[in-house]
Amino acid sequence: MSDAVADPRTAGARLAPKRRLRLSWSDPIFRSIVWQVIIVGLVVAVAWYLIGNTNRNLAARHIATGFAFLDRVAGIPIGESLLPYNPAVSTYGRALLIGILNTLEVSAIGVVLATILGTLIGIGRLSANWLLARLTAFYVETVRDIPLLLQLLFWYTILQGLPGPRQALHLSHIAFLSNRGLKLPELIWHPAHTGAVIAFIVGAIGTRLWVLRARVRQDATGARPATWPVALALLVGLPLVVWAAMGAPFQWDLPAMRGFNFRGGGTVSPEFFALLLGLVVYTAAYIAEIVRSGIQAVPLGQWEAGTALGLGRGPILRRIVLPQALRVIIPPMTSQYLNLTKNSSLAVAIGFQDVVSLANTTLNQTGQAIEGIAYIMAVYLTISLSISLFMNWYNARIALVER
Amino acid sequence: MGDTAVTVGTIEPVARSRPPPGIVGPWAWARANLFNSWLSTAITLALVYIILRLAVSLVDWAFVHAIWHVPYSDKGVPDTSSCQRAKGIGACWAVIADKYRLILFGRYPYDEQWRPAICVALFIGLYVVSAMRRFWRKELVLIWIGTLTVIGVLMWGGVFGLTPVSEDYWGGLPITLILATFGLAFAFPLAILVALGRRSTSMPAVRMLCVLYVELIRGVPLISVLFMASVMFPLFMPAGVNIDKLLRAQIAFILFAGAYLAEVVRGGLQALPKGQAEAGEALGLTYWQKTGLIILPQALRLVIPPLVNTFIGFFKDTSLVLIIGLFDLLTMGKVALSDPPWLSFATEVYIALAIVYTAFCFAMSKYSRGLERELGRAHRR
Repeated sequence: MSDAVADPRTAGARLAPKRRLRLSWSDPIFRSIVWQVIIVGLVVAVAWYLIGNTNRNLAARHIATGFAFLDRVAGIPIGESLLPYNPAVSTYGRALLIGILNTLEVSAIGVVLATILGTLIGIGRLSANWLLARLTAFYVETVRDIPLLLQLLFWYTILQGLPGPRQALHLSHIAFLSNRGLKLPELIWHPAHTGAVIAFIVGAIGTRLWVLRARVRQDATGARPATWPVALALLVGLPLVVWAAMGAPFQWDLPAMRGFNFRGGGTVSPEFFALLLGLVVYTAAYIAEIVRSGIQAVPLGQWEAGTALGLGRGPILRRIVLPQALRVIIPPMTSQYLNLTKNSSLAVAIGFQDVVSLANTTLNQTGQAIEGIAYIMAVYLTISLSISLFMNWYNARIALVER
Repeated sequence: MGDTAVTVGTIEPVARSRPPPGIVGPWAWARANLFNSWLSTAITLALVYIILRLAVSLVDWAFVHAIWHVPYSDKGVPDTSSCQRAKGIGACWAVIADKYRLILFGRYPYDEQWRPAICVALFIGLYVVSAMRRFWRKELVLIWIGTLTVIGVLMWGGVFGLTPVSEDYWGGLPITLILATFGLAFAFPLAILVALGRRSTSMPAVRMLCVLYVELIRGVPLISVLFMASVMFPLFMPAGVNIDKLLRAQIAFILFAGAYLAEVVRGGLQALPKGQAEAGEALGLTYWQKTGLIILPQALRLVIPPLVNTFIGFFKDTSLVLIIGLFDLLTMGKVALSDPPWLSFATEVYIALAIVYTAFCFAMSKYSRGLERELGRAHRR
């Protein structure tokens, strides 16, 4: 009889194995099963109907489904590519792979730049300087009220309206901005540079070990040995020594006018530049708001408490304020990074060849609409899931540990 | 102090003294807010210099040297040579004067363009009415249905002596407003169902379906959903059935917006204390009674500000139909620019479009912030 008094839900859960399903509408479990069968059945029926139609339509249009077209020669001219590509011999598979790399490239650079710009603007909005606070607020308001696509078209128009290479805007004849894009000096790569990069990685691992050792010492003796001289030596000194030992090569490939265009140097195409500019300017406005609210979420008392404990400004910021602000900042920041990556698909409107643009060309040429759309969705789903998995892991690491 | 006698019983009113100089007044304000440190002073001076220079050149370009009208030839072709000469010095607003009807109303028959104009006014009226808390009741649904029907009748015509106009000729601002408003009107009920399904504990299969739908849509860009609508929907239909491009884009918008709105609604459902649902169950209400009478009215009220923000996002996102070739406001701007005399005046057209979009989005975000403050006040007590 005591079961009647207990919470009906937990009692139900405990009795569940013994309980028998009554085939009656008044039995909630029976009801939920019937509803689920009906709803899932409807969804399956609609899907079945659509798939059937699609198969008939494809058969009528003589389109073979499948990804066999990936091995065919694409013949799509691609302006910029991180991989060697030749329209005459390269396949659709390679073209689509280049699309992925282009999307990843513009998103990765965009995320870094938007974070930097957004953080600066977010801090600017909290500035005691009235003019700076107003101006950054105006920036955030205006940029967020104009569609990104319109902004991209605007930047692209501006870049195309720049003077030609002969009258290019230049920064002391090292970097040139013209309607052909941005020309930058490029470092001529030498094995010594690879050596320096490897030395830096080794130095980073060494620094990490040294910090761990310092922590063990601190736990044992209470005194923390200074870590920064070792870190400086390992992170800056070691790469420099390796670089110098291998001949200290340092040569720039400078862009220069030859005839009607530039030779040498690295190029940022107007399409890439416009896309990056649009994405960074747009996303930074959202990131600024996130940073501002994150900083405002940490009460002033936290600073005061840190000072009362005798900590300096740096340790307070690093060990008290930032961890708490980050906890507020990370989740919305993740969705902004995802938005930036997804928004990079607007590249198709200004002719930068990313995932969507190349898939669109492919499906127009081959008629493989379903495969093309599936490819776009699969790429973005993979990127989205990877970013959110990583950020969830990071978020869990810094999350508040509660009882 | 010792020689002042203390009188008991009378209270001398203290003369109101002026605050010491340097605490109030514009100069003190400037010192506190613009010049309170070396860094702040430097920032202020640099910003004032930059803003003044930009403002002067902007006013020069947009007003002083701007060209507002150009002469037309006998055939009605504009003569843009004065604009070409002023390029880089002054804006050529003549392009807007020449093309504003095309940009706003697309290729809708010229003599009938009063109809889309009324529709735009009706849409704005609908937003204003929906924004007023006095109208937040069940009748609002009827107002929406009525207004949207009138808009449909006006745009299509064919009844009451209105000339029928096929949707192939629709364009400009009405298309933008139709996509945004109808999208929201249909996505919202869908979002509520999906949010409820995702929170369901007794129907795991339905919950899985809802999670799948929401995460799938939120993981891909809108443009891929629009592409799917424009190239895959025709394959889905039985032979002979052809859905119109606008309707396909509209369906894509509804599916896309539904997933995002579902997450907003779910936020409201989660914020509601569990006791509310339990109290409903204790009263013996059925699931739908409990949901419709107790949970949703409270949960939706909580999420009105984020809903408005989501709506702003979708209003801006309607511009993406440019990529699948629908004639919304932004596309009409590009179409206007494809006219040979006006080819090189994109900046002016884009600025004009930005002002239109900003007007709508700014009004909405201002409203959303005011609402947040107002609703938050009730919670703070």
